[in-house]
Amino acid sequence: MGVKLLLEHAHVEGIRYYDTYRKNGGYRSVEKALKMTPDEIVEEVKKSGLRGRGGAGFPTGMKWSFLAKPEGVPRHLVCNADESEPGTFKDRYLMEFIPHLLVEGLIVSSFALGSNATYIYIRGEYAWIAEILEQAIAEARNNGWLGKNILGTGFDCEIYVHRGAGAYICGEETALIESLEGKRGNPRIKPPFPAIQGVWMRPTVVNNVETLAAVVPIINMGGEEYAKIGVGKSTGTKLLSACGNINKPGIYEIDMTISVEEFIFSDEYCGGIAKGKRLKACIPGGSSVPILPANLLLKTAKGETRMMSYEGLAEGGFATGTMMGSGGFEVLDEDQCVVRHTMTLARFYNHESCGQCSPCREGTGWMYKILKNIEYGKGKMSDIDLLWDIQRKIEGNTICPLGDAAAWPVAAAIRHFRDEFEWHILNPEESQKRNYGMAHYADPIHVPTVA
Amino acid sequence: MSEQAPKFKVTIDNITIEVPAGTTILNAARMIGGDVTPPAMCYYSKLKESGGKCRTCLVEVSKGSEKDPRPMPKLVASCRTTVMDGMEVKNITSDKVLDARKGIVEFLLMNHPLDCPVCDQAGECDLQDLSYEHGSEGTRYEFDRRKFEKEDIGPYIQLHMTRCILCYRCVFTADQLTGKREHGVLERGDHSEISTLLGKSLDNEFIGNVIDVCPVGALTDKTFRFKNRVWFTKPVDAHRDCPTCSGKVRLWMRGDEVFRVTARKDQWGEVEEWICNDCRFHKKEVKDWVIEGPSHVRRSSVIAQGHYEHTQKPHVLIDKVIGKQPVLKMDIHSISDVNKPEIDLSKIEGPAHSTDFEGNKLLGNG
Repeated sequence: MGVKLLLEHAHVEGIRYYDTYRKNGGYRSVEKALKMTPDEIVEEVKKSGLRGRGGAGFPTGMKWSFLAKPEGVPRHLVCNADESEPGTFKDRYLMEFIPHLLVEGLIVSSFALGSNATYIYIRGEYAWIAEILEQAIAEARNNGWLGKNILGTGFDCEIYVHRGAGAYICGEETALIESLEGKRGNPRIKPPFPAIQGVWMRPTVVNNVETLAAVVPIINMGGEEYAKIGVGKSTGTKLLSACGNINKPGIYEIDMTISVEEFIFSDEYCGGIAKGKRLKACIPGGSSVPILPANLLLKTAKGETRMMSYEGLAEGGFATGTMMGSGGFEVLDEDQCVVRHTMTLARFYNHESCGQCSPCREGTGWMYKILKNIEYGKGKMSDIDLLWDIQRKIEGNTICPLGDAAAWPVAAAIRHFRDEFEWHILNPEESQKRNYGMAHYADPIHVPTVA
Repeated sequence: MSEQAPKFKVTIDNITIEVPAGTTILNAARMIGGDVTPPAMCYYSKLKESGGKCRTCLVEVSKGSEKDPRPMPKLVASCRTTVMDGMEVKNITSDKVLDARKGIVEFLLMNHPLDCPVCDQAGECDLQDLSYEHGSEGTRYEFDRRKFEKEDIGPYIQLHMTRCILCYRCVFTADQLTGKREHGVLERGDHSEISTLLGKSLDNEFIGNVIDVCPVGALTDKTFRFKNRVWFTKPVDAHRDCPTCSGKVRLWMRGDEVFRVTARKDQWGEVEEWICNDCRFHKKEVKDWVIEGPSHVRRSSVIAQGHYEHTQKPHVLIDKVIGKQPVLKMDIHSISDVNKPEIDLSKIEGPAHSTDFEGNKLLGNG
């Protein structure tokens, strides 16, 4: 059994409610943190090595220390609960079943950052969860954890739940800020970064739900203890939402020391591929990260076992590796069609592009149309190179990372599954009736003996 | 105060210039001028918050600053990135930039109807200039282009959304010049469109300026639509005593007839002073105006091909960019009779006429 920090009490009956949560050691971190100074808390978080759990993996402590602190200007903490990445549903679980953990993390973080008005920006589709959070906030306030002069320290804090209107782009921090201000959710052009000018041009920190929840165990056990869990720069525990063709889809907390193979095949986690099929490919970090074929997923190009950590998954760069991302672990078995899968993702990004900058607005739609042609047997051989060129011209040239997120899955699918695309084009009729299957995707990786 | 503002040294395409701190790369490049200046389809110096959207002005920062010489990892939008001391920027000397820009032009043209033959903007269209200078000859897009219904926004302005490249300039103009916000972007992604709230007409007395800021033919002047091609009309600077605006305008005339009134534009195609609807749409008689003389015409405009008196010659910098004098590979006059060097087009008043070329053997006049 791995270490459980966030989901330690997840299965306690009634943990959603204040009394049970408090009985199980809830709000201890607030009591401890409010006796510390804000700088000490930031220092603890820095020591813990906690990295942002929303996808980019930026060190949280460093992000907090960038926050500008001009005299007389209020600062804000915003919790990014706009979890819309296909395949990622870890924050939903946290907020739905242990809402007080997030509230507790928010109070501690607000104190550390000096935010008297803290916002939870939650996606509109999580309508019932917004109510759960509001109820938890009300319970916390009734018990003196929120409001004026918390625990007699003179610190005031209010948490507000803001419902989004269901746009993926509002998960991007500056689009989220625009949306929170009541405007159209278009990403801002950076710089200035939110740490200097965020919500209402005030210094703002935007963190993911899981990141803020992880502050609670960090304060409880101390940053140094927290940093001992995990490996290298992947400290602490990470929630993964596993889905796809596996026996046990669900939310798993891992301590980033296990291998990908163990995560997929052990009974403690995913429990192997469903219906006794074989593993074909996997997207380990939510739909935006590169897809990997089975052989590269289980072993790196060097022939080493691939580990479930930020560095382990990124081993080999984008050529033979992928990313931890937001932890949406999607598994594809031998019956899945990578072309169709890529088309579905392209359709998603086309639909969710905000339309502000030209490469993403036009390029995502173009990629979707070409992929649709290939999938339905109308593709041409030149389309594959065209797709590659389009994704190359989108990547890195857009205002926000949505352009990259749209380009990477297409690039990785072509990089690793080009033969499947070609088969679709060469066999337009057959490809409508059956799938390409496994081919060589699970074969051992060829490791050259001479470098 | 201004003397104390620190000056930053920035090198763009091997040409070094000193600019005040806080200047954007694009504006620094505009100070140098010529080919070094990245094209800008959405940035408009007169409009706050504009820029960053079209991505045509992307440049490579090969050295961040004197203090932090690391290059920037991605291409940056030069219109929204401020210079640092010692920064080195590559625009036309970077293959990455030229390649990316070619891609952007393709993206912008992908869903554009290319109906230039019937478009009023043709001849003074930023997108035409951009695709001519930076685009490729064909498109690889093989699908149906996006279409929208034409929309009337007010009695004088026609919105033809199909041509729009979503630069947001008109949104900022309507937002910043007029008090009410009733004009914006609806929907999102590739089906987002500029529109007004519930198709309401815009009736503000400065709203006509959205026509001038539009880089393409998406917003056109209904009082001028289909009346004439811009290159057949002659731009003339004029003014009148206007109670609402400065009254300084540009008349587009043919003979004694005023076809169109627009604001005066500077060398970057930006409006110098906003004008009111009254001047723009209602004063179409010569007697309404005090004529100052022919306008300075942008080089990139086809109107410049008429070689009026004040035509500005392009600012050639290639020798500085490559660090030596370019070698003349071929003198066109040695093999062609077209454009005889002895005929000085700039001396001809008005558009050139066949009689100006009498004696030219090619025309068969002997």
